[in-house]
Amino acid sequence: MNTPDLHIEFESGSWGVRNALEQVKGNLVTYGLEPEEIGTVELVLAEAMNNIVEHAYPNDDCAGPISLTCARQMNGLGFSIEDKGRAMPGGKTPVGMAVDVDVDLGDMPEGGFGWFLIQDLAKDVHYARVDDTNRLTFRICVSV
Amino acid sequence: MELTSHQSGALHVVTVKSSRIDAAVAIEFKDAMRVQSDNDFAEIVLDLSLVEFIDSSGLGAIVASMKSIGPDRTLILAGLTPNVEKVFRLTRMDSVFSVFPSLERALEAHAA
Repeated sequence: MNTPDLHIEFESGSWGVRNALEQVKGNLVTYGLEPEEIGTVELVLAEAMNNIVEHAYPNDDCAGPISLTCARQMNGLGFSIEDKGRAMPGGKTPVGMAVDVDVDLGDMPEGGFGWFLIQDLAKDVHYARVDDTNRLTFRICVSV
Repeated sequence: MELTSHQSGALHVVTVKSSRIDAAVAIEFKDAMRVQSDNDFAEIVLDLSLVEFIDSSGLGAIVASMKSIGPDRTLILAGLTPNVEKVFRLTRMDSVFSVFPSLERALEAHAA
């Protein structure tokens, strides 16, 4: 990753995620991104960070740090998100299959959309566990 | 997470007064929807025109609301802004709900 354009550190929690997204959006506007592109970035970042809040730090009493780094690259925006919570099961990201919605109302899924959205909207999604740190990196193709 | 409601003909219109339905407010949204749908209306319109952002938790909360109002009643979505529409389209949830670009269009389509 090139020299980061943005680095945010915050404590795990859904309100922390919201505040981080606000900061990122403030920067993206200055990069000249279109509203539609900003929406895509916000959605992918929200899903990635919500997963950390929900799965890496599953209990309120074991919240921990999340750091987000963004760098402008030739082919879009490169992101790196790190946390010190639980490792990803199996040491890799979920495949992110599309959720089957051709089912009866009672069986309609209420979750499982997050990784699908990340894998669908981001490129080069890569996860690594380095010592006690989870590191998720990906790229979003926008013109910067 | 504020929801308001009014009656339009045979429809019960619930308006989301927040700009986000995300992980931070998904449970609150579900609870508020339960209160707003505790009535006998067969069709409930959820006006999302003020909502600028929804994540998968928010999407799940809307799906949960649809399931909880029961199989004999319908939850209609109206006024999806571009970011909200994209989440419904990508997850194909736009094929599960009746979706209208605006509240006016939803009311026209369901006028008695």
